This record gives sequence, structure tokens and C-alpha cells, in this order.
Amino acid sequence: MTTTAAGPGLTRVEGPAKVTGNAVYAYEQDAAQPLHLRGVGATIARGRVRAVHTDAAAAVPGVVAVLTPDTAPRLGGEAGAEQSVLQSAVVHHRGQYVAAVLAETPEAAREAADAVVVDYDAEPATTAFDPDSAEAYTPEVVVAFPPDTSTGDPDAAFDAAAVRVEATYTTPIEFHHPMEPHTTVARWDGEHVTLFEASQSVWDARRQIAALFGIGDDGVTVVSPHVGGGFGTKGTLHAGSVLTALAARAVPGRSVKLALSRREMTDTTGYRPATVQRLRLGAGTDGRLVSVSHDVVESGARMAEFGEPTAVISRHLYAAEHRRTSHRVVPLDLSTPTYMRAPGEAPGSFGAESAMDELAVALGIDPVELRIRNEPDADPDTGRPFSSRNLVACLRRGADRFGWAGRDPRPRTRLVDGWWHGTGVAAAFFPSFAMPGSAAGIRYDAGAPGGAPGRYRVDIAAADIGQGARTVLTLVAAEALGVPASQVDLNLGDTGLPHATMAGGSAGTASWATAIVEAADRFRDKWGTDPDDGSEADGVAGHNPAMAEYAMGAHGAHFVEVAVHADTGEIRVPRMLGVFAAGRILNPLTARSQFLGGMVWGLSMALHEEGVVDPGRGHVVNHDLAGYHVAANADVGDIDAEWVEEDDPHVNPVGAKGIGEIGIVGVAAAVANAAHHATGVRVRSLPITLEHFLGD
Amino acid sequence: MKPFAYTRPADAASAVAAVAADPSAAYLAGGTNLVDHLKLGVAEPGTLVDVTGLLSTAITPTDDGGLLIGAGARNTDVAADPRVRSAFPALSAALLAGASGQLRNMATTGGNLLQRTRCSYFADLTAPCTKRDPGQGCSARTGWARHHAILGAGEGECIATHPSDMAVALAAFDARVHVLGPAGERTVAATELHRLPGADPSRDTVLEHGELITAVELPASPVAARSAYRKVRDRASYAFALVSVAAALDVGADGTVRDVRIALGGVAHRPWRATRAEAALRGGPATDEAFRAAAAAETDGARAVDTVAGGNAFKIPLVAGTVTATLRALAAHGTEVA
Repeated sequence: MTTTAAGPGLTRVEGPAKVTGNAVYAYEQDAAQPLHLRGVGATIARGRVRAVHTDAAAAVPGVVAVLTPDTAPRLGGEAGAEQSVLQSAVVHHRGQYVAAVLAETPEAAREAADAVVVDYDAEPATTAFDPDSAEAYTPEVVVAFPPDTSTGDPDAAFDAAAVRVEATYTTPIEFHHPMEPHTTVARWDGEHVTLFEASQSVWDARRQIAALFGIGDDGVTVVSPHVGGGFGTKGTLHAGSVLTALAARAVPGRSVKLALSRREMTDTTGYRPATVQRLRLGAGTDGRLVSVSHDVVESGARMAEFGEPTAVISRHLYAAEHRRTSHRVVPLDLSTPTYMRAPGEAPGSFGAESAMDELAVALGIDPVELRIRNEPDADPDTGRPFSSRNLVACLRRGADRFGWAGRDPRPRTRLVDGWWHGTGVAAAFFPSFAMPGSAAGIRYDAGAPGGAPGRYRVDIAAADIGQGARTVLTLVAAEALGVPASQVDLNLGDTGLPHATMAGGSAGTASWATAIVEAADRFRDKWGTDPDDGSEADGVAGHNPAMAEYAMGAHGAHFVEVAVHADTGEIRVPRMLGVFAAGRILNPLTARSQFLGGMVWGLSMALHEEGVVDPGRGHVVNHDLAGYHVAANADVGDIDAEWVEEDDPHVNPVGAKGIGEIGIVGVAAAVANAAHHATGVRVRSLPITLEHFLGD
Repeated sequence: MKPFAYTRPADAASAVAAVAADPSAAYLAGGTNLVDHLKLGVAEPGTLVDVTGLLSTAITPTDDGGLLIGAGARNTDVAADPRVRSAFPALSAALLAGASGQLRNMATTGGNLLQRTRCSYFADLTAPCTKRDPGQGCSARTGWARHHAILGAGEGECIATHPSDMAVALAAFDARVHVLGPAGERTVAATELHRLPGADPSRDTVLEHGELITAVELPASPVAARSAYRKVRDRASYAFALVSVAAALDVGADGTVRDVRIALGGVAHRPWRATRAEAALRGGPATDEAFRAAAAAETDGARAVDTVAGGNAFKIPLVAGTVTATLRALAAHGTEVA
């Protein structure tokens, strides 16, 4: 493959269908005479269901069935606590489904669900996150990584360091809130179930449903042609999806539909846990780090373990002889956290890159220069060489374009029309993964003799969750086959297509493209450049042996300007620039959207997003989009993203690193750092709200 | 949602008769708040009496030089009206600071006044709420109180805030609310329409069941032409006020305050006319120090709630900052407030 991205890129191949309303999402799939499902959520945080009174609900006209822990079908297979829906009387968290109504109309289902009365035996619950809790424990893993690492003697080195920064940073619970809610349409035909599911991986969903119901994978079809955002929350099946499949089991041959409300999404589809991060940085007067400690306590769930890899960024970003990272989890009587866009690096970069700014201030060294001075020669964690790393190039390019040179480092010195202005920088890192096991099939359709050029059908059960997979994979296939993109038809989102791994971990494109390139190479080897009608080939993405030899990751640098109102403390971000190094950019048009979208997400995390848990009742109080603020258009000012050329021959056959998450990482720290530069106030907790700046 | 009946009377008198005769009936206008409450089960009227189409949508000059705004006038149209924009710029600005374009296109003047608090516990039937049922007690006092009241609520009383921006401007301008009831017409001062919570927070206003707002009258007010609305919130748009200020200011050539109007939003169960701050300023200097002192006089005795989920003590200095910024800008630039 060549390594030059050509032209501005390809517009989304499904764009016309989406803007004309013809793209059919899971909930809109054609289903004859569907039944509508409505769940009933627990109103206690911990305990047991004593009784469910269903008479009034069953009497609502149009109600077909009321399911309770006593009457719901049994799953029949293996299920963890979250997916074990209506299988026992145990209540693990508020909002957990304790009953559900099937009815002929959504209105009847809703009315009947409201009429269900549940009696509980409540038990004492702990729902407020106390980082000093005696229940804190070391999780088995933080996602795929060990919870603790230590090199040298970080405490002694810190104590002996010429310049030290020690500070604690906190981040709250945050929610994914994709535009499209979680939706499922399920129908059983004998021992076979078909799911239309808003999913980041149809094959993973198939395997989970098969395991839950104790049937073979062949007994499950999952279809997910268009997905309106996932961000991790559609990576695994949550209770609503299982509930839908379970309810459909009770009415064989009929489709059952469920679309979650925002409140149900808040209660049952996961979130990013809260973190408390203690950073200790020790450096020489030259700014070179000698000791880095990043010790994290984060919120978790008693019902199932999830460890956010918050401190993992500190294993890779800067060189230091003495280093430590650790993670402790405090189990709470809340639903289970899950992967959320840039798990670990998003919250962890707030602590790590805020602390670097504090160190720059303490040293009197420019924060861009400080980062450059601490650039490692090899991955600090493993000692492996980087397959490619251009953080310094990102910092230099960004500084140049942002106009960083000559920045007056003194805080609280630029008051313009009643607003304090300041600028800030932060670095970004996200590991580049690829998952083995995706498969692609290619078939050539020659068309009519003398007619239009033949077409290549490329099949792979990948997921387009709005990131542009359909478009990028079309380009990848076209390039690998040596034909124009207009001759490629890319099919995805269906378990009837060859196996594909998840759209997650910023690994989707790399994993799927590896399979497509393999299939294309085999196609040309087998059939040459003038294939017969019906010629076929397939390819499977194997394990990349280079992953054991190199450290692989995308990098970036964020530069932001912040304005804080001198009287009211309101904080605005009039200017944002992100510069990224993420291997080969396959499709500049959609890549730019990915980067900008990530940056807006980071801005939203910096200024707005906070899931508020009621300490007494254990529910998330702001369980809708009026209460849970995400950035509005008016919050986004002048924003731009660009990337530096990066040729990485090791990362995968297309040379592309994932770009779905790197755009978020570091934004909140850059905003906090700029707010400090503007006002002299160091905000160490997210979100950064106006009261921090109101003075005394 | 509970099933309900729907009627569409021919005129206001019939509508009033229909609602007055049925304790379970409620008026429906733009529906931007009530329909949400129907879905959530917060409101369960037996009958909806639709008054869209029978209320005046006109904005007409009054004999004394003021304006009469029909209760059916849409928020969008009031905000865009040239007479409103020139004579009462803070009212136009307040409307535009609220909701979204789509909601303003639906929401009416009367409905805007009668919208209910956005306290999340009020909208959540699974959480106790003293406004829904005075016997239940208040969840916000031990929970999420970031958006809640610092003024006008006694110990243990409801700390919900009234969410309207428009109503804050009306309170500043001594507007009068025209009401049609079973016993005929009456007018209520805008500052008296909404109640403090007291022992019965379930009642937002002094209106009796069946009474229908038919118009809002703005008396002529020379000072209102130099007015502004400043809304401080947690994001740049599409959020309710943490604190808002509707203010008008007339400063004499000698630098003293000749006339001033101040009303606050986001701080109380009702739009809060800052009479103490006004009195402190009248006849005194138009300086930052005086503005801050006046705001402090208004919040003297404010009661904040401090909880682990987020309290509201920051609103006390925020009132001072917002009042000061608004009055300073009015003193310098008239109606252009940054």
C-alpha cells in the first residue's frame, strides 16, 4: 500500500441515506405487529424484591404479559449480575429492572408499567463515593492492564527531588449519552432469535446472547446496519437488550421492541467511574522528571468489578527513572461502570497533564518545553521502542500555529472587556491496538457486458457507529484492490457477514482493514486484475507479531485559550487547536470529524459533564439531557484539528492508528491549565465550574 | 401516562367555565412544560382544556404608553417585537436567553409564567418532593441543590426556584397580569403572582383553580429603555439560570442613580424583585462598590444549602458579581451587557 492520503477524502457513503431519513436504525426495522416493552426500575439501591403486584398492570387494555423475577423466562445459560435480568429477587442498584410489561402499544406498556407496585426488603446501601473507604480494594485488572506498576523507588526519589509537585485531582461519574438510545428489536422463531440491536459489535452481541440463553452461536442473528453513537456503552449488551430478548422468548414468533429512555440509559447502560488521583512529580531544576507517581482511587460497583485504567497514561507519556502507578476501587451499590470513550486516558490525563503544568509553573519552565525535555527514547513502561512517536512534533507544530511563542507565563495578567484570558497546553496519548480475528470476503460482480465497470462487494461484520467505518473501509478496499472507491460496495453490521471484532478501543479500523487488505491481496493473487464474474476471496486478520516488539500509540497536543469572567466566574473556551500524530490518516474528511468530535467531548468533560448521585437514595439525579449537560454549540468557539505526517510500518498493514479517542485525551487538563493562566486559580476537580473563580 | 380527555372551547369564558367546574382539569397552551409532566406522571389532569387559539396573540400599545401582551403571544414573537425591543430590551433579552428557538416558537406568554420548577426531584416520582406533596419533605436539601433557592425559603421549606427568564424581566418592570376567573376579571402584580413556598409549596402562584391569564400589561417606564438581562448558567446556552439579573438604570449627569430596577432569577421560589438593593442605590453613586454593597444588602439573610452532591452557597457571591457586572455595563453602555 502507498502511504499517502490523497485529496480531501471521501464523503460518507451512507450520508445521503442518513440526511434523507432513509438509513434504518435498529428500532425502525420493519417488524410486523410488534409488541412494546417497558421496564420497571427498582426504587431501592440494595435489597430484595419481596413482592410484585401486577393486577392493575395486567388489567390495562392491550397488556400481553407482565414479567417479574418470579414469572420471567429463565435465561438458561451463564449470566453475570448485570445481564441476569429478572432472574432473581436481588436488587443491586436503583433503576435495576425488577419487572417489565409487554403490550400491544407503547402507551399501554407505559401506563401498565407505572401501575406495577413492587414491595422491597431494603438493605443498607453505600452509594456515595468515599475515596478513603475501608472497602477500597485492588482490582484484578484495569481493563486489560495490571492495576499496579512500580519501578525504582519513587517515594525516595520524590523526597530527594529538587522540585516537587504533589496534588490530588478528581473527576466525576460521566455518561456516554449517544444520540441514539440503546434500542433492541427481538424475535424468537423456535430456538433461533433475531436481534436488531444498536451495537458496536454484532458478533460480540451474538456470542453474549447465545451464552446467556445457553444456545449455540448459530441460534442468534444480530443486525445493526446503522448506529447513532456508541462510545463504549454499546460494546457489551446491557440489561435492556437482555430484557428484550427475554421478553420475546415469552411470545414466540412476535417481535418485541424496546428503546431506552435517557433515565434508563443512566440507570442501566454503564458510565465512566469517578476518580480521585494523587499525582507526585519530582524533577531536577532542569525540568527532567526523576519520579512520577500516579495513585488512583476510583468508584466501582459491588455487583461486578470494573477497573478504569486511569493511571495507565503515566506509564507511557514521560521518561522518569522512578515511577509508580496504582488503582484501588471502592465498591458501591450502583450499576456497573463500563468502557467510555478513552477509558483511563480521558480522566487520567486530567491529573497527569494538570500536574505537568503545575510542575512547569514551579520550575519556571515553559510547559511545552517541559514536555519536550521529558520525551522518552523508548516506552517507559516496557522499554520497547516506539513503532512511531511524534508527540514532540505535535507540540512544536501546535505551538507554532497557536502562536505560543512569547507567551507571558504570569497568571492573571490579561483582562479584556471584563474577561481574564489565558492559554494552556496538554499532551495526549492513546494506545494503538488491533484485535486479531476479523475476516473479510470479496466477490466480484462483472455486470453486463459493455456496461458499467464491474463491482467489488466487500463483506465484513464491522460496525459503523458514526465514526465513518463504512466510508473508510470502502477506501481501504478500493486502494487494496487498486480500483476507484465508486466500484466498491461495503456491507457491514450483520452476523450474516464474516466475523469482525468490536468498534472499540480505537481498534476497529486497524483490525478490520487488516482483514480487508489480506482478502484483497489474496483476491488479486488468485484472480489477477481481470477477474471473472463471481470470483471470490477472503482474508483473516492475524495477530501482528510487531505488537510484541514495539510500543504503539497515537499522540497529540492540545492548545486552548480560556476566558473567565472577572465578576461572575463564567468560563468560556474561545479557541482550541489539536495536533495529532496517528499514523496514516486514511480519510481526511471523516478523520477531521473524529478529532473535532473528540475535542468537543473533551471540552464538555472539562466544563460540563457530571453525573450527580443522590447520596441518600442512590440514583443519578440528573438523568436526562436537561440535567446532564453536554457542550452546546454556543460552548464551542474557534476549533481546529490537524495532524502531522507519520509513517508507521509496524502498526498494521495500512499504517493507521486509531483516532476515535485520542481527540479527548488531555483537553480537560489543557482547559484547566489555561484557566490557571487566566486567573491564577488552579482547579483540580472536574467539571470546571464558575464557583471556583468567584473569589472570597 | 394516565389517559385524559381533551377539549377545545370556543372562547376564554367557556374555557374558564370548563376548568372551574372540574377540579381535575388543566389548561393547555404551548405544552412545552405540561406535556413533559404528563409523560412523567407529575401532572395527571383528567381533562386538558386547550386555550391555544382563543387567547389574544396581539401586542398592543396602551393609553398610558405601555404595552399589552396577549397571553397567547408566543415567546418568539414577543422577543422580536420592535416596541418590546426598544422600550423593554431586558424583556426581549430574557426571552431569548430561555429555552431554544423551537420551544420559544411554541411557548406562550401565559404559559411561560405558569411553567413549573425544573428541580429534578419534583420531576421524579420515585423521590420525595415537598412541592408535589407537602407531606413528603424535600429531597434537594440533602441531595443535589446546585440550582436551588437562597432567598425566600424558611427552614425546611421547599427550595425550588422558578425557572422563567421572562418573569424576571416582568417583575423588574412592574408588569400587571390580567386574569379571567369564574368571578370575572382581576389584575395581579407580576411580583405578586408567584408565591414563596411557605407551608404549601404545591402552589406556585396566587391563582385560583380555573383562573386563566389573558394578558400581561407593561406600564410605561422610561427607565426600562435602558435595561438589560444577564443570565449566568452552567453552559453558554440551553440551560436554566444559576443566577440571572433583569436591571434598568438611569444615572444622572452628576453620576448618581436617579432610578433603578433590579429583579433576580434563579434564587427563589419566585422571580425576586430586589427592592432592598434598589433602595440602597437610589440617589447614591453608580460605582462598583455601591453595586456590590446593594447586592449584598439584598442577599443579607440568604440561606444556602451545603450537600455532598452540590450546594448553592456560591450563588451569594454570584448575585453580587452578576448584579455588579450588569449595572456597570448599563451605566457605561445602556443596554449592551457583555
